[in-house]
Amino acid sequence: MKVVSLSGAMVLLERFPALAGVDFEVESGEVVLVRGANGAGKTTLLHLCAGLLRLTQGHGDVLGCDLATERAAVRRRVGLLGHDTALYGELTAVENLRLWARASRVGAADVAGVLESLELPAGRRDIPIAKLSAGQRRRVGLATIVLRRPELWLLDEPHAGLDSSGRRIVDGIITAAAGAGAAVVLASHERRLSDDLAHRSVTLAGGCFAADAPDVADPAATADPADPAAPTDVAGEPKL
Amino acid sequence: MTFWRDLKFFVGDAALVASKDLRIEWRARSAFGQSWPFAALVLVLFGFAFDANRPTLELATPGLLAMTMLFVAVVTVQRSVAVESADGARRMLLLSGMAPAAAFAGKSAAVAVQLLIVLVLLIPGVAVLYGASVESVPLVAATGVAAALGLATAGSLLGAVVAGVRTQQAVLSVLLLPVSAPVLVAASRAFGDGFGTVAVNGWSWVGLLLAFAAVNAALGASVYGALLEET
Repeated sequence: MKVVSLSGAMVLLERFPALAGVDFEVESGEVVLVRGANGAGKTTLLHLCAGLLRLTQGHGDVLGCDLATERAAVRRRVGLLGHDTALYGELTAVENLRLWARASRVGAADVAGVLESLELPAGRRDIPIAKLSAGQRRRVGLATIVLRRPELWLLDEPHAGLDSSGRRIVDGIITAAAGAGAAVVLASHERRLSDDLAHRSVTLAGGCFAADAPDVADPAATADPADPAAPTDVAGEPKL
Repeated sequence: MTFWRDLKFFVGDAALVASKDLRIEWRARSAFGQSWPFAALVLVLFGFAFDANRPTLELATPGLLAMTMLFVAVVTVQRSVAVESADGARRMLLLSGMAPAAAFAGKSAAVAVQLLIVLVLLIPGVAVLYGASVESVPLVAATGVAAALGLATAGSLLGAVVAGVRTQQAVLSVLLLPVSAPVLVAASRAFGDGFGTVAVNGWSWVGLLLAFAAVNAALGASVYGALLEET
């Protein structure tokens, strides 16, 4: 199933074409790596897919919602990890996650379990976010997405600021999300780390896609055939 | 059924945002730490300015209360805007899927509560320092609530308008002070009746304050989402 479908998508940021007519598609269960130099348009692409930016030209669908008219509906169904964490510095990790869960209408949110899976030390969960290290804040930011279990994960430099343990956890979470049928788009400079995760990579330069790199893995290879949310072929059988 | 469910979500989301802002303020004591000493200083300095003349100070009390609330509103709204600007937190409001009108209501409610706390602390101050006495507690209370709602809704709306401006603190003051002139006039009159210093019908001025709050609330609820997206 197509999760993202952009056709001739153009986004102007203060009259500057941050995206200049890109065609981009992502299937469910797929992990796509977006590469590119600083200012190439990676963050703009992620924000467009999250429904945070308006299309200036072209057409876009995300999770079946038209980006021209249904951006609010898109936002409820995606998870975006940006350069900043979108957390409130005076609140603790637990308070931030509870707030996020209630605002996002996540029923029976397992806040403690999610923080455990991200290996945030128990002693750091009840102190204000502003007093955590950058890497710990990053883990809590990622926890907001894990808690929400979105259908589309948009991760901007997910490994940034993390130690080796944190990077391993991020890789595990991305693989598990794709295995459960979610689509993942990650923008990263760290090719060595991200190439192993991605099924496919694309390169942005000056707001346009350069030639796509060949697929680095089969999306279905990470899917669990027993998982009902795993991607299926047209006949409904798990792709093996 | 859909209406009641939507209303329940609206009230729940507004309460969530308001409690979040109040909790953040309780932890940081940023706005309150500035506004309470400022309000106390205004009381004392006005006393000096009027040469500690109690009859004059008593007459000036209603206007002084309204003016102090207005200045405190500027500081409180600036802090309310800053909370959402830090570390991309505004994105949480957008991506959560909650109705922007509920977020606006919550942020306005949090500002109003903080203004009321300052007002509750100011009234004993004017009683002790200026010899002012409250003649009608319900009228003073209603005026305080209506003025706080008017300043909070106008402030939250303008705060969202200037959120993306580099010199937002200065611009907010320049916009909020003149826009809130009706609150200043109406609250001075209504407090005047409540303190027994002017012979007017204070309740009709409370009606004007509530109308001002209602207009700003309706305007804010309808445009807050667009303003969040633009900034």
